[in-house]
Amino acid sequence: METAITILLDGLVFSSYLFLVSVGLTIIFGVMKILNVAHGSLYAWGAYTSAYLIGVWSEAGFGDAGTFLMIAVAALVVGCVLGFVLERGLIQFMYARDEVIVVLATFATFLILEDVILLVFGVDPYFAYQPMAYLGSAELGGILRDVYSLTLIGLAAVVGIVLWVGLTQTRWGKLLAAVIHDRELSVAMGIDVTKVYVLTFMLGAVLGALGGAYVAPMVSVAPGFGVEVIVLSFAVVVIGGMGSIPGAAIGALVVGIARAIAVHKLPEVELFVVYGVMAVVLVFRPEGLFAPASARKI
Amino acid sequence: METTRDWTIPGVTVGFAAVAVLGLLFLPDWLMNLTVIAFARALAVVGLMVLWRTGLVSFGHALYFGLGAYTVALLGKDDGISEVLITLPAATLVAATVGLFLGFIVRRYREIFFAMLSLAFSMVLYGILVKTEALGSTDGFNVRTPTFLGFAPEDAGTTLRAIFLVLCALCWTVAVLVHRYLQSTLGRLTTAIRDNEIRVEYLGYSVAQAIHGKYVMSAALAGLGGGILAIALGQVDPDSMVNWTVSGELVFVTILSGPGSVAAPFIGSMIYELIRTYAFEWLPHAWQLIVGVTLLSIIFFLPGGVWSLLARLRRREVE
Repeated sequence: METAITILLDGLVFSSYLFLVSVGLTIIFGVMKILNVAHGSLYAWGAYTSAYLIGVWSEAGFGDAGTFLMIAVAALVVGCVLGFVLERGLIQFMYARDEVIVVLATFATFLILEDVILLVFGVDPYFAYQPMAYLGSAELGGILRDVYSLTLIGLAAVVGIVLWVGLTQTRWGKLLAAVIHDRELSVAMGIDVTKVYVLTFMLGAVLGALGGAYVAPMVSVAPGFGVEVIVLSFAVVVIGGMGSIPGAAIGALVVGIARAIAVHKLPEVELFVVYGVMAVVLVFRPEGLFAPASARKI
Repeated sequence: METTRDWTIPGVTVGFAAVAVLGLLFLPDWLMNLTVIAFARALAVVGLMVLWRTGLVSFGHALYFGLGAYTVALLGKDDGISEVLITLPAATLVAATVGLFLGFIVRRYREIFFAMLSLAFSMVLYGILVKTEALGSTDGFNVRTPTFLGFAPEDAGTTLRAIFLVLCALCWTVAVLVHRYLQSTLGRLTTAIRDNEIRVEYLGYSVAQAIHGKYVMSAALAGLGGGILAIALGQVDPDSMVNWTVSGELVFVTILSGPGSVAAPFIGSMIYELIRTYAFEWLPHAWQLIVGVTLLSIIFFLPGGVWSLLARLRRREVE
């Protein structure tokens, strides 16, 4: 019983983490049909900036509660600045090109940003333990757990619900749906598609950076931080169906729980499970479990 | 009607013969090592080029690259077989067999789904290798010094030269065979499939079978390339053989080379290896930056790759 609770909690924490890092990817793909490999860099940039800001904040002696503000600031600043620069400086020239070529272009961006991180932040790892120390730990299911990683579940739920409501209930969401469905007709109807694209990309970027910024206190932020995340979030997005937010949630849950079971029961297959699930899902449902229906154009 | 003569086969013959002879005479060890690594990767890129001509990009050919490398390494483990005449064909065969089976699945997909599924399969192998203690998990293990037809080189320099010669011969063979293939009806279907699959079907060819064949071919070539790289480096490990970044590297070299000719991957791969080596030497913290900028510039300014540059020069000469 105790192991079951541990597995469930571990699985949920890991799922929440996966959902946070992959939801931005799926939004960008859903609206713009771009598979953004540079998402991993946004994640790494978010983590580095947040770790750095938390360090500065604590050294100034402002108290540990404010470090959470720093996480939010890091995510917003990194996401908005990098998202805007990437979309205007690179992606906007790629809309007419092959999907696969765009993937390569973002791969190139990933390589570039990866080294810019080293040039800006150096090669030494950053530790930002303060927010974690501030929240302390609690006993849950007979095991002592740190509260910080549990708050991840809440954050993922909030982000998921806000996005879901925003996309289905607001005017903005409806505009997005129109653009997704038919870009040309949206232009004809007077929707500023360029603005929609820029804002979508920035939103996706902020979410990617938020994932990194929030995870930073739980790990040591070191070079190569974004590499693993890319394929992990690809797996999540592909399993759920590219471009679907509920899909990303389901994908994150499937992968998260499966990995937690593997870690506790059969640690040898930990990584294998993630990509095994991805391969099986793709073989039977290449568009993923919850892919949004696409209109057939003739 | 005036047709230009096809100079590819005489070209690669003279080219590889010249590289082999001049290499033995003049190349310093480090440059020869670099050439070996570049050509080994180029073999995999030739396969990816055939796929790319069909309109397919695989982000998972590190699967076959790694299979080839680990086959060679495993055969030689615990004083096993080190004869390249056995290990290299075995590497090719293992990769081709796996490619044959997975081909039944991947041939149904196109574009981004093809790329993603390939990625998933390669990451499955990565996931297995990283967690397998018997194969050294993330550290990998050493590969035995190769023997060539029973001839066992005494020192590292001789081994390198022997590998270099074998590789030049292999590259020549592959270049000629693949060029012949591309000139055949089946080979010419590559571009036809990319342009319009339905028309190809109406002409009476099975698109699925054609893609399957090319997929197996690219898998075999990647396996061979991986096998040679394992021998040349003397070591295999998951991160430098099977991780997704390796697949990315292969695709990068494919784009850099361009789909113009079977000779292009060898030139492109050499350029890539030189860029990487020099970037790493001058700016150790910024070599990925330089590689990334190169890739972006090629996507924007040279969509046909390095080969299109050469082709443009030649056209100007003719005029």
